[in-house]
Amino acid sequence: MNRLRELFPWSVIIIAFLLILFLPVSEHKVHLTTRILIFGLYAIAFNILFGMTGLLSLGSALFYGFGAYVTGMMTKSFGGDYFIYLLLFGAFSCFILAVPLGLLCLRLTDVYFTMLTFAFGQLAWGACIKLYYFTGGDDGIQGIPRMAILESTKSYYLFVFLVVFLSLIILWKISKSPFGQVLNGIRQNRNRITFLGLNVYKHQFLAFLISAFFTGLSGGLYSGLDGSIHPNMFFWTQSGSIILMVILGGINSFFGPLIGSIIFILLEDYIGKTTEYWPFFLGTIMLIIVILFPKGILGTISNFIKGFSSKREIGNGCHS
Amino acid sequence: MDVILEIKNLNKHFDGIYVSKNIILKIFKGSLTAIIGPNGAGKTSLFNLISGYIEKDSGKIYFQGMDISDKKPENIASMGIVRAFQVANFFPDETVYDNVLVASISLFKKSTNFLADKYSFKNIREHTDMILKNLNLFEKRDLKASELSHGDQKILDIAMALTLSPKVLLLDEPTAGMSPDERKSMVKVIKELHKKFNLTTLFIEHDMDVVFGIAEIIRVMVRGEIIAEGTAEEIRNNPMVIESYLGKEV
Repeated sequence: MNRLRELFPWSVIIIAFLLILFLPVSEHKVHLTTRILIFGLYAIAFNILFGMTGLLSLGSALFYGFGAYVTGMMTKSFGGDYFIYLLLFGAFSCFILAVPLGLLCLRLTDVYFTMLTFAFGQLAWGACIKLYYFTGGDDGIQGIPRMAILESTKSYYLFVFLVVFLSLIILWKISKSPFGQVLNGIRQNRNRITFLGLNVYKHQFLAFLISAFFTGLSGGLYSGLDGSIHPNMFFWTQSGSIILMVILGGINSFFGPLIGSIIFILLEDYIGKTTEYWPFFLGTIMLIIVILFPKGILGTISNFIKGFSSKREIGNGCHS
Repeated sequence: MDVILEIKNLNKHFDGIYVSKNIILKIFKGSLTAIIGPNGAGKTSLFNLISGYIEKDSGKIYFQGMDISDKKPENIASMGIVRAFQVANFFPDETVYDNVLVASISLFKKSTNFLADKYSFKNIREHTDMILKNLNLFEKRDLKASELSHGDQKILDIAMALTLSPKVLLLDEPTAGMSPDERKSMVKVIKELHKKFNLTTLFIEHDMDVVFGIAEIIRVMVRGEIIAEGTAEEIRNNPMVIESYLGKEV
């Protein structure tokens, strides 16, 4: 029963996201779904820090943009054939960049951590705009090639799906590991973790690195999507919309951020098409969802199901 | 008898108010010691100093002959000086089982293993079960920690401390805020644990019945100083203690 419950969300993801390939949908819809997957990975990677460890970073876009620029710029100069390797290289560069940034930012706690990550994110945005001859400044970079086999929208979609799916499996394993349990402990009561003989700083730092790696990976995937990247990928509103997605979907559930990404991107797309006042309507709808689902959509629903099923299962221990 | 914990000339003050004034203390291996004293005497601060939570002004602390004065709290805890708290200190959203599991993960040094399932280690599971059974929490292992009664939450806090297989256990007011029944069972638990694990235990207490009932050695703290030490009988008859703590005779 427990095993089944664990496999359920995965099968839903596989079926739902692969079904789109066989449905007669427009290219635009496939493109949209690719973005949902990319932001889903970004949001879940971000939630390793936010929902699990309790660290609110306003600078996640730094790694998203950095991953996109490293992968994008290098693919443009080396050629599309190397895209897959450069994608990994981009993610790994974020991992390396996260070492000094993590060591610095994690010296601070709570809102001070948030402000410092914000500052570094904006610094990267500023640098990206000012270094015109290197990064293309305001114009960004266009015409990033893709591998021949990933040329069509659908094949690129399938590729993104595979990368995201594999990443989610790794992140899922992390969330269920001893390390994940310690991160949960740090969020709830960092003092107790210290007095259990564990170094809070060290575990937060590792979480920071993991989150940066997968955030960078999602940025790299985005650079291949349209073949164009722009400095606003570094901007703080990018980090902000990820926070919104995570809160919409549910902070404390693993798949919540993915649900949040689906809702956010679909809303943005449909409202954006119908009215020029789309931020107003988007904001209003967000507000309503947050009020109706205080623990996020998935969080509230799973709480409801848990409350319903625990009445029948009292006394069935699951840890032996 | 072996000295397991030795404190030499420990000083600490906050804005001129001493919470520890030249404290000299020897704790023998396997002993059960109580520290009593009025509010603000510096009892909890003494625990904070021993466990590395606050920095001392001067003095030395030796654990099994080793100087631990400048070690970090997490290192002191993993060396074997483990504390439980005055206000039960745990992870409220986790089940009772997972609370103790975190401590087991720390004991077996698996906290950075990020690809294995947290329930997949046999030694960690067995150790966690053993602790839960010893503290009568096994039946409640699937409850959320925040749903436990106040008494059980204190027991859970102690359970997490015990999971680390401590050499010295520091209990900060284990019976604070408990009903008389809960107090009795807590006293029983402390006595049993001390015997079963041959555990060096140091505890702070307000309730005199509890103190005189179980402690082998009692130390009295007033205004950051240890003014007396001895058996229950000696402390009861010590005129200094009577004057400054138990109250003057009318």
